[in-house]
Amino acid sequence: MLAYLARRLAASLLILLGISVVTFGLTFMIPADPVAMIAGRNSTAEVRAQIRHQLGLDRPLPAQYASYLGRLVQGDLGRSYARKSDVGPLIVSRLPPTLLLMLGAIVAELLIGLPAGIYAASRRGRTGDKVAMTLSFVSVSTPQFVLGLTLIYLFAYLLNWFPLGGYGSLSHLILPALTLGLAGGGWYSRMMRSSMIEVLRNDYIRTARAKGMPEWRVILGHGLRNAIVPIVAMVGLDVGIFMSGVVVVENVYGWPGIGQLMWQAIQSLDIPIIMGVTTVAACFIVLGNLVADLAAPLIDPRIRLR
Amino acid sequence: MSAEALLSVEGLTVGFNTEEGPVRVVEDVSFSVVAGETLGLVGESGCGKSVTAQTIMRLLPSPPARIDGGRIRFEGEDLVVLPEPRMRKVRGDRIGMVFQEPMTSLNPTQRIGRQIAEVLALHRGMNYTQAKESVIDALRKVGIGNAERRLDQYPHELSGGLRQRVMIAMAIVCRPKLLIADEPTTALDVTIQAQIMELLKALQRELGLAILLITHDLGMVAEMCRSLAVMYAGRIVETGPAATVFARPRHPYTAGLLSSSPRQARRGERLPSIPGLVPPPGKRSTGCSFADRCGRVTDRCRRELPPLASFGAGAAACWNPVP
Repeated sequence: MLAYLARRLAASLLILLGISVVTFGLTFMIPADPVAMIAGRNSTAEVRAQIRHQLGLDRPLPAQYASYLGRLVQGDLGRSYARKSDVGPLIVSRLPPTLLLMLGAIVAELLIGLPAGIYAASRRGRTGDKVAMTLSFVSVSTPQFVLGLTLIYLFAYLLNWFPLGGYGSLSHLILPALTLGLAGGGWYSRMMRSSMIEVLRNDYIRTARAKGMPEWRVILGHGLRNAIVPIVAMVGLDVGIFMSGVVVVENVYGWPGIGQLMWQAIQSLDIPIIMGVTTVAACFIVLGNLVADLAAPLIDPRIRLR
Repeated sequence: MSAEALLSVEGLTVGFNTEEGPVRVVEDVSFSVVAGETLGLVGESGCGKSVTAQTIMRLLPSPPARIDGGRIRFEGEDLVVLPEPRMRKVRGDRIGMVFQEPMTSLNPTQRIGRQIAEVLALHRGMNYTQAKESVIDALRKVGIGNAERRLDQYPHELSGGLRQRVMIAMAIVCRPKLLIADEPTTALDVTIQAQIMELLKALQRELGLAILLITHDLGMVAEMCRSLAVMYAGRIVETGPAATVFARPRHPYTAGLLSSSPRQARRGERLPSIPGLVPPPGKRSTGCSFADRCGRVTDRCRRELPPLASFGAGAAACWNPVP
């Protein structure tokens, strides 16, 4: 177990190193010049050269990468071009709302996906199953900005149940979390359905029935724990999927998290923030996968980590 | 059938809805199990014996399975028409069942103590602490040493023989009157098979258990059963006291089965076998299903279905029985 953990952590570090190379490289492939953005359209060549020198952008790429990595290891994500503040503290201050939003979205997708999938599996081939699977198809295929605006229009503007946007209370969280999590809910309902149908074919399900157990207890008591293993692994991956979703959802709802920060940084070509958010997001994705793998043996004792 | 029968199956007919239409798998099957005794239900794979067993417990999903006729009398009730909530009180409490596949019949994510205690929770309303003593007792009864420690083990930590013992413990923990054992030793190796058979016999003596033993192993029937019923292509073709049927089989199929059993064979001789295959459900003729494979076939066999007719202590469904 400890050896497994050490090996996984070492592998994670390698992955993060690779990501740092890719993010660093990508920012230099952007067909726009951040110096021009900072200096303004009508700036002279000398001013631009001066800014370029100040930012260290006139040095050779390997040297730039080396100093970037050196600072990164010390936790220094650089300084924002546009905001005149350090990227690290900026991201840290924006992280809690995003984590809260993701947590809300995970709760939402599980609350939607698991019951819907279990229900569909228990009504396999009948009307209830078909309705659930059609709804799941619709929810998976709806783009998040369409869903977000629709929910705002229905539940915030017409019905006035929730605020139009912003951050602060549980009622602020519900619509964004639903927007971010609904597609996952539809996805999970399909996974849960097929996983449960598979599990219900097992001999031990027949054993449970032969004990005189009511069907709902057979499904929840003996089916669920075995059927949920593949879902748990997916929840870890969700953190990564949500990282792209939060950019859209936070902007639709005015949610002050790193998605909004990222969006604004992209518009002003604030490369240190783009790189910083990407790095932090990558850390969370790697961490999410690790947690999902570590959780698997808690659910299924046959799984051994080696 | 006899008055003291604990379980009496009468004219049971079971069909399945398939894409090619309904198919009869079990037709007009009747037998009875006397309290405290063992009946062997014998036949090749696909003859309908497992379907019969699972129908008694009403474990087959419906649809596609459906009972097309007959009665299953058990302690004064007809299990065919018993409403599901009352049927659940029969399963696990008054009838226990052991399956063929001990390796897959236990839930891999639950400790075995919990899995056995669950039966007591369902039928006796006991929580785990209350049930624990009975669970340990049941584990001892099925010959599992160190029962307290075994409680907390997972199925994958146990061998096949031990798992089948756990399955038996689960089936008897509520002290049922009837145990249905569906090929309980088929998946186990030979020495373990003998141990499980001994265990079932000991439990029968100790608990006064009636056993419906479903098997294709005639040697096991000879050792375990007072009476037997032979199934072929969904029907009972011969029934009677085990000693009588073994000594003098009247149905050519039973005779063929007995002569093709390795226990009867002589060294150096080719083992006799019955030519041909069991006709699949839905492809059975109007006459005797065994006619095409039978050495004693007559014209009547192909036209008319032979009814079970008494021959001394037993009965056989044959127009031209073995003398």
